[in-house]
Amino acid sequence: MANDPIKQFHLNELIPLEIGGVDISFTNSSLFMVATVVLTSGFLIWATNGRGMVPSRAQSLAEISYEFVAGMLRDSAGSQGMKFFPLVFSLFLFILVANMFGMFPYFFTVTSHIIITVALALLVFLTVLGVGFLKHGFGFLKLFVPSGVPIVILPLVVAIEIISFLARPISHSVRLFANMLAGHITLKVFAGFVVSLSSFGAVGIAGSILPMLMTIGLTALEFLVAFLQAYVFTMLTCMYINDALHPGGH
Amino acid sequence: MIIDQAWAASSEATQSETGTAADAAAHGGGGGTFPPFDPATFASQLLWLAITFGIFYLIMGRVVIPRVAGILETRRDRISRDLDETQRLKSESEAAHAAYEHELAEAKRSAHAIGQEATDKAKQEATAEREKVEATLAVKLGEAETRIDAIKQKALGEVGAIASDTTDAIVKELIGGKLTKAEISKAVSAASK
Repeated sequence: MANDPIKQFHLNELIPLEIGGVDISFTNSSLFMVATVVLTSGFLIWATNGRGMVPSRAQSLAEISYEFVAGMLRDSAGSQGMKFFPLVFSLFLFILVANMFGMFPYFFTVTSHIIITVALALLVFLTVLGVGFLKHGFGFLKLFVPSGVPIVILPLVVAIEIISFLARPISHSVRLFANMLAGHITLKVFAGFVVSLSSFGAVGIAGSILPMLMTIGLTALEFLVAFLQAYVFTMLTCMYINDALHPGGH
Repeated sequence: MIIDQAWAASSEATQSETGTAADAAAHGGGGGTFPPFDPATFASQLLWLAITFGIFYLIMGRVVIPRVAGILETRRDRISRDLDETQRLKSESEAAHAAYEHELAEAKRSAHAIGQEATDKAKQEATAEREKVEATLAVKLGEAETRIDAIKQKALGEVGAIASDTTDAIVKELIGGKLTKAEISKAVSAASK
């Protein structure tokens, strides 16, 4: 059914694989992950191949993405945070390019599946936990004890801080997943209206102009969302890394 | 309502075109569950995410980031080196300018001194020359005055003789007598007094 707005999220097995009864087939999602990685890496390697003192257009694009992410990380987590630059840079580009791939009609959006965003968010969460405890030991727990809070309400504040900390991977992953999912469903529904209305003849075609305009507007909005969600995911990653490096002060 | 009908119509059209197999695939793939929440696909997605993101992380960390960092660092070094060079050249040119100013002032001063000296010397020479000329002139003037005096004296002396002769001649013509020289000169000197 062409107008089913959910169909675009279906995984189709391209190369069926199974190990120990677990389905690990190479699907359209896997294909687009590979495409994301190949395209991004290929472009960046090709663009920086000249190592020009005066950059070409492609090279300045690579430099701009580098400095954009580096600036974000340095502003949030200081120069110490630059140790995590490869992770943050990879996350940003992977999510951005995967989101942008999703904007092509008939393409699969890797980040519209919650398992992917949960995995990425957990990667960040566990990195923050690991680094925090390795660097500060139990001093990392100071993160949950804000300074200057009256002793009476301190237990309550600590409980809230712990809950909000544990909720981080959930909000971190659901924000990206839900934005991509909802955006693509809305886009598909409005685009579906255009097709459906058009089957009513002249009046229907005239009436389909409205959902058509809506689809155009939503497409622009979705491009913005695709970038913005990659940015937000990366920005939060930077802030969480800052917490791991400096649990006491903010 | 209208939309539902449209939907039904279009879905019928699609079914008649592509057959029920596509319809079954669209709906039956996830066993009726919403695809993003279908746990059957989680293992595959996680595995391929781990593979692709792992490779991506390695490529970024090992190749792309060192490259871009290298490019940026080279450029920063180059710019700061160029700025240093500019600073050096600027101070050099300022020093050269100061030296030039100094030389110029020196030259002006020495030119002035030379001019002054030449003027003084010329003045001195002119004065000496004038004094010499004046001295010569004074000597000549003195000589001339002496000569004039001598001529005058001589002339005055001869005036007496001429007067005596004239007197003698006049007396001879008028009275035909002869007078002695002593008488004549006595009379002349008495008359010329």
